[in-house]
Amino acid sequence: MSGSPVSENLTEFLYLVSIVTFILALRFLSSPKRARLGNQVGAAGMALAVIVTLAQDLENYKWLALAMAIGGVIGVVGARRVKMTQMPQMVALFNGVGGGAVALIALAEFHNLAPAAGRLELNLSLAMIVSAVIGSISFAGSLVAFAKLQELIGGRPIVYPGQKPVNALVIATALGLAAAILVGPESQWLLAGVITAALTFGVLFVLPIGGADMPVVISLLNACTGLAASAAGFALHENILIVSGALVGASGTLLTLLMGRAMNRSITNVLFGAFGQIQTGTGTAIEDGRTARSTTPDDVAIMLSYARRVIFVPGYGLAVAQAQHDVRALGELLEEKGVDVRYGIHPVAGRMPGHMNVLLAEANVPYDKLFEMDEINPEMSQTDVVVVVGANDVVNPGARNDTTSPIYGMPIIDVDKAAQVVVVKRSLAPGFAGIDNPLFYNESTSMLFADAKVAFEQLLASVKNL
Amino acid sequence: MSHSSFLLELTILVLAIFLGFEVISKVPTLLHTPLMSGTNAIHGIVIVGGILVAGRPDSDSLTQIVGFFAVVLGTANAVGGFVVTDRMLELFKRKPSVREPSVREPD
Repeated sequence: MSGSPVSENLTEFLYLVSIVTFILALRFLSSPKRARLGNQVGAAGMALAVIVTLAQDLENYKWLALAMAIGGVIGVVGARRVKMTQMPQMVALFNGVGGGAVALIALAEFHNLAPAAGRLELNLSLAMIVSAVIGSISFAGSLVAFAKLQELIGGRPIVYPGQKPVNALVIATALGLAAAILVGPESQWLLAGVITAALTFGVLFVLPIGGADMPVVISLLNACTGLAASAAGFALHENILIVSGALVGASGTLLTLLMGRAMNRSITNVLFGAFGQIQTGTGTAIEDGRTARSTTPDDVAIMLSYARRVIFVPGYGLAVAQAQHDVRALGELLEEKGVDVRYGIHPVAGRMPGHMNVLLAEANVPYDKLFEMDEINPEMSQTDVVVVVGANDVVNPGARNDTTSPIYGMPIIDVDKAAQVVVVKRSLAPGFAGIDNPLFYNESTSMLFADAKVAFEQLLASVKNL
Repeated sequence: MSHSSFLLELTILVLAIFLGFEVISKVPTLLHTPLMSGTNAIHGIVIVGGILVAGRPDSDSLTQIVGFFAVVLGTANAVGGFVVTDRMLELFKRKPSVREPSVREPD
């Protein structure tokens, strides 16, 4: 490109420095103590990369400054305003925004290069097409995921007859048009067609995915945006995009696999299974006449106060009710009474990987009280009371012993092995996956029917009055 | 330029993917949400691509307009991602034994 060779070398070197800061940012995430520092190092690296880029021989600085000012304000305001309970939406949105940026870059670069005399090098046009396709899927898919999480549209899967053939047709159209560009005319209209088809596919493929599967989808979309950025790096011959995109792609892929494993389901099953439709009459055999035992805050308060060990098991309902501060307050009160209080967290509780950890950290629960599923399960048999707050499928014993259950084989938190279980829940209605939960009908289970926030405020008052 | 640079870039890609898996497999479950938003911020690096496309002297007006929007999105992505991750990690910075000030562990 333009500029003297020296400055080009310097540019590449400084980009390398930025790359190292990104790797350090991820490396420092291995412990909560250094994680924040790592993130700041990464942010500094990003600023360096932008400054270095701007220092090249460019034009339109006025417009670039305006674009960065607009984007910066959107980013800061959005990031400052969002509540911790809304973090999954926020991540989905930023993901989509990044994917959209990649698609636009591919489009602009193609428009810029394609009309030139002679054909584009194959690797260039391939890179542009790949980044356009994956970026568009990521953009549209993330926006649908955002809309679902923000409850702009229903969280339940949206299914219709012939859905799979339609999806297959749409993606085949995108790939067909892409192939046409590679072998035939390098037409911008063809690329616009590719992008349109990819955007449509992004919408269609997330629509049928249920709320409970969101951790998988968000991780996957994260990986997609990373790969799209990498592909854009090939198109622009910029290593910094290739490496950064690859890091993100690896992270998203790893999280996708982890989430799939935590649900004991393959990724294809999550993506194409339309899981979470209301399952009537399938799965768990509901015996007639079984009744769930209802209880009152006062009874639960006594139970908790005289327990030696209490474990709270949170789920998405905690985020919905925004009850994390009340749960923490109750936990502290019980600790003052000498109760051993812990929190058991399932890997897919909530709507994104690690969702519950962030909520409880926000409420000031020390992170050494947060236990992963594998750590907490052996403790269950020595636990007096487990309080399930807004979790359902992740504590469903049907996953362990009912071979007809749709979630059979999914690792769960074995709350039913504790002496007593209290389930805080608004009604007996099934969870997001739409599966009946035999836990509610166990001898040792009592149900506290209330909104989680209200329930915990009452519990707090009752325990104080004891 | 063409063939060898492509292979070089491919090499970099593959090595970076392996590095990514190595580094990220050490991130505890506790920090998976900050990991997601942090990697989100990192793919904001596409802002560099946006700037190059929008600002190159040889680009025509359509390229510049499309590039303009790419820069807006890329900046929002990078800035928002880092800010929100910082907010989140601040929550995790508190000492585990914050309620028993006498038992502070050395840092």
